Amino acid sequence: MRAFTQHQGLVAPMDRSNVDTDMIIPKQFLKSIKRTGFGPNLFDELRYLDEGQPDQDSSQRPLNPDFVLNQPRYKNASVLLARSNFGCGSSREHAPWALDDYGFRVIIAPSFADIFYNNCFKNGLLPIVLEANIMEKLFQEAEAAEGYELTVDLQAKTVITPSGESFSFDVDDFRRHCLLNGLDDIGVTLEDAERIKSYEDQRRETAPWLFGAGQ
Amino acid sequence: MAGKTLYDKLWDDHLVKQRDDGSALIYIDRQLLHEVTSPQAFEGLRLANRKPWRIDANLATPDHNVPTTDRAKGIEGIVDPVSRIQVETLGKNCDEFGILEFKIMDKRQGIVHVIGPEQGATLPGMTIVCGDSHTSTHGAFGCLAHGIGTSEVEHVLATQCLVQQKMKNMLVKVDGQLGKGVTGKDVVLAIIAKIGTAGGTGHAIEFGGEAIQNLSMEGRMTICNMAIEAGARVGMVAVDGTTIEYVKGRPFSPKGESWDAAVKYWRTLHSDLDAVFDKTVELDAADILPQVSWGTSPEMVVGINGHVPDPAKEEDPIKREGIERALKYMGLQPNQAITDIKLDRVFIGSCTNSRIEDLREAAVVVKGRKVADSLMQAMVVPGSGLVKAQAEAEGLDQIFIEAGLEWRDPGCSMCLAMNADKLGQGEHCASTSNRNFEGRQGFGGRTHLVSPAMAAAAAIAGHFVDVRELLN
Ligand code: SF4
Repeated sequence: MRAFTQHQGLVAPMDRSNVDTDMIIPKQFLKSIKRTGFGPNLFDELRYLDEGQPDQDSSQRPLNPDFVLNQPRYKNASVLLARSNFGCGSSREHAPWALDDYGFRVIIAPSFADIFYNNCFKNGLLPIVLEANIMEKLFQEAEAAEGYELTVDLQAKTVITPSGESFSFDVDDFRRHCLLNGLDDIGVTLEDAERIKSYEDQRRETAPWLFGAGQ
Repeated sequence: MAGKTLYDKLWDDHLVKQRDDGSALIYIDRQLLHEVTSPQAFEGLRLANRKPWRIDANLATPDHNVPTTDRAKGIEGIVDPVSRIQVETLGKNCDEFGILEFKIMDKRQGIVHVIGPEQGATLPGMTIVCGDSHTSTHGAFGCLAHGIGTSEVEHVLATQCLVQQKMKNMLVKVDGQLGKGVTGKDVVLAIIAKIGTAGGTGHAIEFGGEAIQNLSMEGRMTICNMAIEAGARVGMVAVDGTTIEYVKGRPFSPKGESWDAAVKYWRTLHSDLDAVFDKTVELDAADILPQVSWGTSPEMVVGINGHVPDPAKEEDPIKREGIERALKYMGLQPNQAITDIKLDRVFIGSCTNSRIEDLREAAVVVKGRKVADSLMQAMVVPGSGLVKAQAEAEGLDQIFIEAGLEWRDPGCSMCLAMNADKLGQGEHCASTSNRNFEGRQGFGGRTHLVSPAMAAAAAIAGHFVDVRELLN
C-alpha cells in the first residue's frame, strides 16, 4: 500500500450531507474486476448530465456545470471537504478506489459511515473527522479564497490552513501506523499465524459444529 | 461487574488477540462471497502468492448480476458482457481455490443473505462477514455479522481473521404487540425514521423487546438487514426457541451429539439481565403503522396515513435543504398525502424481503385481485432457487401470475439494478428493498420503501393504500 505521511493540496468543498456510495460510484461501474480506472466515474450522476455507462469515453460527455468538481477553480483538488455521514450505504470499496483514482488523498468531514471510513485506510486515503464548527470555518475559507490549500500531517495528526492555523484530529494507532509505513495489514496479521492456529484448534474442540459439520 | 451484552459475548468468544493499540484480531467463522466485491480480493491473493486459510469457511454464489429471466441458458443468458465476466470470474476463482459455490444453474443459488440462513451456513454464535453491507442480516441468528470491503475480504481469505475495533453497544427495544398488517419491515423503517441514518454509527445494535421476540426468523432478518441503514454495521437478535427451531435440520446444521452441544451453547447467546448498553432507544409496537418512504434516504419515512413533509416547516437549514432536494428528485409536492402517490412499478424482492414468509404476505393481499391497469410492471423475485421452489409448491406463483405480477428467477434484481431489471427516469416504484438513494434502482428512478404486503396492496391500487383495508 502507498504510504501517507504528509500531504498538501487544493481543497474542494462538497456541501451536501449523507453522500452515499451509490452517489460516489454508481453500480453500473462495479462490474469491473479491477481496482483502478474508476476516477472518470466518481460522482457520475452528479457530475455528468447523461447516464454513464462502463467502457465509455467520459471526456466526451456533457458536464453538469453546477457540480462543484466541474468548476475550473477546483481542478486537480486532492482534499475533499464533506458534510456529515459521508460514505453511507454499501460496503463497496469501489468508492475509495474512485476517490483515489480521481486524485483525492484526504477527505475531511464531521462524520463518516463506518465501513467507508475503514475502507479508506486500506487504500492509502486518509479520512479525517473534525468538529462541525471547524468544518464550517474550513468550508467558508475554501469557498472564499480561490486556490485554497490545506496541509495534512499524519505523523503530527494535524490539519494546517494557509494562515497557519492548526487543528488536530484523532486516528487510531494501528491504522495510523499502517498508513505511515504503507504496510500491508495481511502481512502484519500473518505474523500472528501461530496464535490464529491455536485459537482454531481450541475452537475445533469446543465448537466442532463450526468446522464443516453436517456438510 | 456488570453483565455482558450479546455483542460482548460474541466478541470475547472470537478474540484471537487484543493489541496494545486498541485494535484486535477477531476470528471469522464464515465468509460469504459474491461476484461484485470478490474479484479484486482473489486477484490480491494471487499477486501476493497467498492461499486461503480455511477453505470450508467460505461459501459463494453469484447474485447481483444474474438475470431473473431465461435462466435455462445459464451464464450464456447474461446479456451484458461485463456482468458475464464478473460471474465467470467468481466461478473461476472458486474452482481454482476449491471454494464451494452455488453456481447460476444450481437450485440453491440465490442472494447471499438468503442462502446462508437457508442452508444452515449461518449458525447462532458465528462471526460472519461478506463484502456486502447487508451482512447484518445474519445477526438475526445471534451472530456477529457485518459487511466488509474488498481488502478485508482478501484479509479474511488469507488469515481467517479481521482487524477490528470494538464497537459500542446499543439496544433498540420494541415493546408491545404489532397491529395486524404491520411487519418487521415497518418496524425497522420506523426505527430508522426515529434514530436517523447515522443513529447507529459506531454501534452494534441489539433489537429486543416483546415485539421482536414475537417475530419469525424472516421478520428478524428483515430488521437486522436494515441495521446498516440506521448506520450500524451490526444488528442482532438474541437466540431463543424460534432461532433454534429454524436452524434445525438444515444442510449445514450440526447433527446428533454435535447438535446438542451446539444448542447448549446457543442458549447462552443473549444479553445478561444486568448488561449495560451505551445507548438505548425504545419504541412502542402499537404506535407503528405500515410505513412508506417518500424521499431519497431511508430515514425519510412516514406512516401510510401521513403526508409528504413541507420543507418550509423545517427549522434546521441543512435538513430543509435535504427535504427540498429529495422532493425535487422524487417529483413530489409538500403536504401531498402518501396515498396520492401514483406508482409505475412494483418490486417485491431483495435480501430484505424475498423469503418465503414475505412472499406469503404479499400473496394473501393479491389473491383473487388484479394489478392496476395503470401500472407498467409488478414483479416478484424470490430470494433463492429454494424459496422459489417452496413458493411454487404452495401455489403462490399461480396467485401472483393470475393477479398479473411477473414471477421471476432469484437474484438481487431491481434492488440495485445491476442486471436488466431497472426503473426508467422519473418512474415511481413501491419496492421491498432497503435503499431509496438517488439512482439506486435505475438512473432517475424514484424508490419508495415498503413491506411486501404494502407493495402488494400498492400493486392492486396503482397508488399507496393502507394494506389493512385489504386484509379484512
Ligand atoms: S438484494 Fe440488494 S441489498 Fe441485498 S445483497 Fe443484493 S443488492 Fe445488496
